Amino acid sequence: MSLTAEQVKSIATLARLAIDEDNIELYTRNLSDIIDFVAQLEATDTNDVEPMAHPLNMAQRLRADEVTESNERDTFQENAPQVEAGLYLVPRVLE
Amino acid sequence: MHTQSIAELSAGLRNGEYSSEELTRHFLARIDTAQEKLNAFVTVCHDRALEQARNAEKVLKNGNANALTGIPLAQKDIFCTKGVKTTCGSKMLDNFISPYDATLVEKFNAAGCVMLGKTNMDEFAMGSSSETSFYGPVKNPWDTSTVPGGSSGGSAAAVAAGIAPAATGTDTGGSIRQPAALTGVTGVKPTYGRVSRYGMIAFASSLDQGGTLTRSAEDAALLLQVMSGFDERDSTCVDKPVPDYTVSLNNSVKGLKIGLPQEFFDDGLDSGVADAVHTALDVYKSLGAEIIDIHLSNLGLSVPTYYVVAPAECSSNLSRFDGVRFGYRCEDPKDLLDLYMRSRGEGFGDEVKRRIMIGTYVLSAGYYDAYYLKAQKTRQLIAADFKAAFEKVDVIMGPTTPTPAFRLGEKTNDPITMYLNDIYTIGVNLAGLPGMSVPMGKVNNLPVGLQIIAPYFDEARMLNIAHQYQLNTDWHRQVPPDWQ
Repeated sequence: MSLTAEQVKSIATLARLAIDEDNIELYTRNLSDIIDFVAQLEATDTNDVEPMAHPLNMAQRLRADEVTESNERDTFQENAPQVEAGLYLVPRVLE
Repeated sequence: MHTQSIAELSAGLRNGEYSSEELTRHFLARIDTAQEKLNAFVTVCHDRALEQARNAEKVLKNGNANALTGIPLAQKDIFCTKGVKTTCGSKMLDNFISPYDATLVEKFNAAGCVMLGKTNMDEFAMGSSSETSFYGPVKNPWDTSTVPGGSSGGSAAAVAAGIAPAATGTDTGGSIRQPAALTGVTGVKPTYGRVSRYGMIAFASSLDQGGTLTRSAEDAALLLQVMSGFDERDSTCVDKPVPDYTVSLNNSVKGLKIGLPQEFFDDGLDSGVADAVHTALDVYKSLGAEIIDIHLSNLGLSVPTYYVVAPAECSSNLSRFDGVRFGYRCEDPKDLLDLYMRSRGEGFGDEVKRRIMIGTYVLSAGYYDAYYLKAQKTRQLIAADFKAAFEKVDVIMGPTTPTPAFRLGEKTNDPITMYLNDIYTIGVNLAGLPGMSVPMGKVNNLPVGLQIIAPYFDEARMLNIAHQYQLNTDWHRQVPPDWQ
């Protein structure tokens, strides 16, 4: 297998995903299969090939740096798990 | 009413055969009856739909109606709908009421369409069978022990069973065309940038494109006319005029050069599907088209390329689900890290977690060049093959899928086997081209689809070519036995 259980745990932490200890083995197997599968790209000669950044090879459109959105904080916060006085609440970060 | 085309329904509304409210009630009743068997919907909007229908009635009476006024449609639950639950098939968004409408939804509302509800789908559009939904799998109306394909499986099943006249979908690697093929409906994925992605929950932003699942190419033309066009709120939407998709439908296909990529006819292709493609091509030959063998020699790289590019973009897009601003939050987080880790770990299903992790890995320091940059280069090679092919031919055809619908649960334990289902559709997304699937026959009593791929922004020609086939065949008119 191309990935170890330790690597999978560290990827999960980087991705901020809690994975049950019981499932680590299955994830290790599945993710290794996928990494082995995509590794076949290595054999392709891509010297002198420009990486594709946009499917139509177009440049990003720019706009003037102006405020275009209105403040809809109250509406948006209706979907928040926990808010107070217009602020999003999370567990204490500073003691 | 449920076997009529949109043009027929539109005429029915105008000459007073039925009202939009009657039409809407008819489809709502069919949805309610079908829900237990097909699980095609996540949310059904009974009251809202009837209110929209009554409003459409007024417009119809005023004489200000367009072709879609009063026509009921279903929206894939990936499109944000103001005041209506928008889940993307995920526990993460089970409590999410969108505060705004996607551009596409806004456009259908402005046209006077009625929204029947939100269709079920693979979680965050990651899947090819509609089995990864938090709301349970969708079933194929042709045989409920088989999958309808995915990720737009709810939309496909709804149109196939005649519980909605038409539906929207999204296609990142085949998520419109593959379910269309497996359920015997017409599915269109437009050119990348043709339809606004604003309010369409992002999976892989350089590949995602909204499109349609309908009973015919003619119906698709009517929907695409409304959906297409520039939107400044989507930074990759292309500012290009939208042609009239219906006027060219009746153009002749005499002299049309159809490219047949030899790479499509590989070992993985079911012989029954291959035969169906050749039979479909005979129809085109009889209409005066010419078949030319072509090569897309890097097509074999498309699935591995996709499974680097799409997870990379997904890992970035799905980082917005943090348990803080909206969506699922775990119980009693002990600190901020625990809140992130458990909200995401509990809110996302296995396939979504796998893809986020693959994306995180291929973008991480030390691996970026070997995987992500490499895949962006092989992607360029795949697109170049298509470009070269279109120098020689007007359109490319082949099978949409290697096989007809597979059994529920058959491929859920092996991600790679599931991924290979999209082997013929993924290249089109990587290149950003328009593609569609039209019903072309049956294998083992299950529908299979003919894929039609056109040059950039040539949707009008693509729909014309599909329509000419549908004028000469009746596969698209077939209705599953239990849903007549």
